Amino acid sequence: MILNVNGVKREVNVDPDVALLTVLRDHLDLTGSKYGCGEGACGACTVLINDNPTRSCITPVGNTTNKEIITIEGLEKNGTLHPVQEAFLKTDAFQCSYCASGMIMSVAALLKKNNDPTEDAIIKAMNGNICRCGTYPYILKAIKLAAKS
Amino acid sequence: MENSDHSSHPFEPKQNELPPKANYEFVLDRRKFFKLTGGGLIVAFVLKDLLSFGSETTPSDASSISGVESWIHIGEDGTVSVYTGKVEVGQNIRTSLSQIVAEELMVPVLSIKMIMGDTDLVPYDAGTFGSRTTPQMGTQLRKAAATARLALVDMAAKKWNTTATGIRIENGMVVNIATNEKTNYGALTKGEQLMITISDDAAVIAAKDWKVAGKSLPKIDQRNFITGKHIYVSDMKLPGMLYGKVLRAPSYGAKLIDADLAQAKNIPGVIVVKDGDFIGVAAPDIKTATKAMQSINAKWEEKKEHPSNANIFDYLVKNISGDNGRNSGTIKGDVERGLTEADFKHSVKYNIHYIAHVPLEPRAAVAEWANEKLTVWTGTQRPFGVQEELAETFRLDKKKVRVIMPDTGSGYGGKHSGETAIEAARIAKEANKPVKVVWTREEEFVWAYFRPGGVIEVNAGVNKDGIINAWKFINYNSGGAGLDTQYKVTNKQVAHVPSNTPLRQGSYRGLAATANVFARECHMDDLAHLIKMDPLEFRIKNLDDTRFIEVLQTAAKNFGWNGSKTDGNGYGVAGAFEKGGYVATCVEVKINSDKEVKVVRVVQAFECGAIVNPHHLENQVMGSIVQALGGALFEAVEFANGKIINSALSAYRVPRFSDIPKIEIILIDRKDLASAGAGEAGIVGVAPAIRNAILNATGKALNNLPMLPNGMLA
Repeated sequence: MILNVNGVKREVNVDPDVALLTVLRDHLDLTGSKYGCGEGACGACTVLINDNPTRSCITPVGNTTNKEIITIEGLEKNGTLHPVQEAFLKTDAFQCSYCASGMIMSVAALLKKNNDPTEDAIIKAMNGNICRCGTYPYILKAIKLAAKS
Repeated sequence: MENSDHSSHPFEPKQNELPPKANYEFVLDRRKFFKLTGGGLIVAFVLKDLLSFGSETTPSDASSISGVESWIHIGEDGTVSVYTGKVEVGQNIRTSLSQIVAEELMVPVLSIKMIMGDTDLVPYDAGTFGSRTTPQMGTQLRKAAATARLALVDMAAKKWNTTATGIRIENGMVVNIATNEKTNYGALTKGEQLMITISDDAAVIAAKDWKVAGKSLPKIDQRNFITGKHIYVSDMKLPGMLYGKVLRAPSYGAKLIDADLAQAKNIPGVIVVKDGDFIGVAAPDIKTATKAMQSINAKWEEKKEHPSNANIFDYLVKNISGDNGRNSGTIKGDVERGLTEADFKHSVKYNIHYIAHVPLEPRAAVAEWANEKLTVWTGTQRPFGVQEELAETFRLDKKKVRVIMPDTGSGYGGKHSGETAIEAARIAKEANKPVKVVWTREEEFVWAYFRPGGVIEVNAGVNKDGIINAWKFINYNSGGAGLDTQYKVTNKQVAHVPSNTPLRQGSYRGLAATANVFARECHMDDLAHLIKMDPLEFRIKNLDDTRFIEVLQTAAKNFGWNGSKTDGNGYGVAGAFEKGGYVATCVEVKINSDKEVKVVRVVQAFECGAIVNPHHLENQVMGSIVQALGGALFEAVEFANGKIINSALSAYRVPRFSDIPKIEIILIDRKDLASAGAGEAGIVGVAPAIRNAILNATGKALNNLPMLPNGMLA
């Protein structure tokens, strides 16, 4: 099947029921998206599918053909970081950073729909993303910074 | 399950996790060093006279005197390479240690290469735990770097026929003050193979004069992490690598009776290994490996009797394992008499549930056998511990085992062991190809280890004037860290009594101090209430330690301790001295009419000596507070019949964005004091401060952790 990942058509030879996350990581070597729980409960695997934040660990790859898939690797353009990445870089928010890709993709999706979200709206949009290191207040700060830019 | 108690060590709870004897193979053989690095200058920190390390892990045999703890190499091209066995798990120690070295060597931070946690390259290190990296490794590297700078200045002085006072160092350049001639470190070392060994007596730059250390430098390599480029072990792929899975028992203690492997073996590309009770499979992709695993028809004999979390506290008290039992511990005066004579007596049993670390990156390892050597990449806080586990398991000389630890997706004390390393290595040996094993979240919940559950019985007597006349503190199974009271008491007995734990248990951030400080600080509040004294005043009255008093006063002042509060809200305070750090926490809770408890505000003061990186320190304290909320309010491992019931993130609740109160952190920078570690102490004050705030608001004392599994008061 053919996938449209980060603006590039990629051919993969897998069963349609395999999780998109597995295809991205193991078949396409896009390992920025992470496995954290396998049930869509932690957000580490979040990618954008047609601009919607999507848990790739519970999304069968067969459902994603003919759709635009954007992963963390697709945010940076020609060496220029996405404004959300830039905001996180400035905030120096993370510790182990394993949650970072999923967080950043969720934020990118949120700000694309609403470029000036209230704190409540941010929390609602981000509550499915876990940072076990507990850096949430810095992530909030980065989101607000990204919203301004 | 193995019964692994870990209480006897002040920093490291799990006795059998520590190597019995430090085994230093890294002898001071100059040729060996320079073969590794090329020419230049090496300054090595040796164990001898290493006072800061204390007696707890100092090996007794004299041969270890030649043991190197860490070393710095300055190459002919000027590259500064730092070799340390410490590892990066998100505490941002790669950044802090670089700052410390950059400060002393007077070079840019980014010119320093940190070589960490690779058993072939770095000196032996027991592990990254117990908040030891900054005070121990930071101190060593600081001294090694200072010595290197002095040696380079000497070399420059000789070259220019001047004295050390005629030399100035500017951003890594060595300048002849009289002639303004310049050279760099690399040029000075050219052609040299100079090696210096130092121990504890090197002069260093005072913290008050720091220019690079003490600043909030951003995380090194941060860009790689926010672009998804950093390769964690779970991301690795080697040529020809297979994906491994391991067959799990249906319950703890189950014995494998029989397994039909025929179907699995018939799947093309699948390798099956059976070795005793171990059954592993590997395939070119994870789907096929999982299918092969599921096709195995195994028969197990399960153990009948298992305690559950419903009866665990009785079980732990009834099933003690120590020799000394309930009469052991630290004894001062006559505690029974003290109790009898006190004006007020107060006795409470505090129950602590088992909790899980839930590192977001589950355990992962990639193993490769090549040229009769086993190489394993794995996320572990103890690469040398895992090397030892592998050497023992596969009956290899340790020289034939290399463990490499790339910066990992967190640990919190939960990644001291080498399960995936052994599993991947065993399957890889059979497959004769590299194998990766990444645990599922469920495997991480069920087959890793937990923070111990425990029961803490506290019986204390207090006089009307606030003197604590008796303090009896018996901890069943939680562990010994933070056991003893830091308050003045006339008579006391303080003991930790290990139990036969039904669940595998081990280190957790702060170790037993979370449990012990909870019990102690709850009890202190209750004693204050008995004599109608303000809880903050009662604590300060019973303290001599001015650093402890300062954090309490700082937290209280910023919180507005004596300020007015609205109806339904409550204020609580708690404090401790733990792992070299002082912490005081004030909490405000709000109780809604439907008995829902909301933590509104946390104010925490923290002091750990001279601060190396303020932002990263604040981040560690923040992380400790947030992680503490989970164990305080709702985290608990549920188990019955030898199975973990809530072994998924949808069933085991961890703190999320919506759980975070307003958090204010005040860092006290004591430039006159040595830097202590900070990754753990910040966790201990939160739970008791919340409990004391709820008590303040409602009169209800919640003496179990977690306090509010359903978010509501009973």
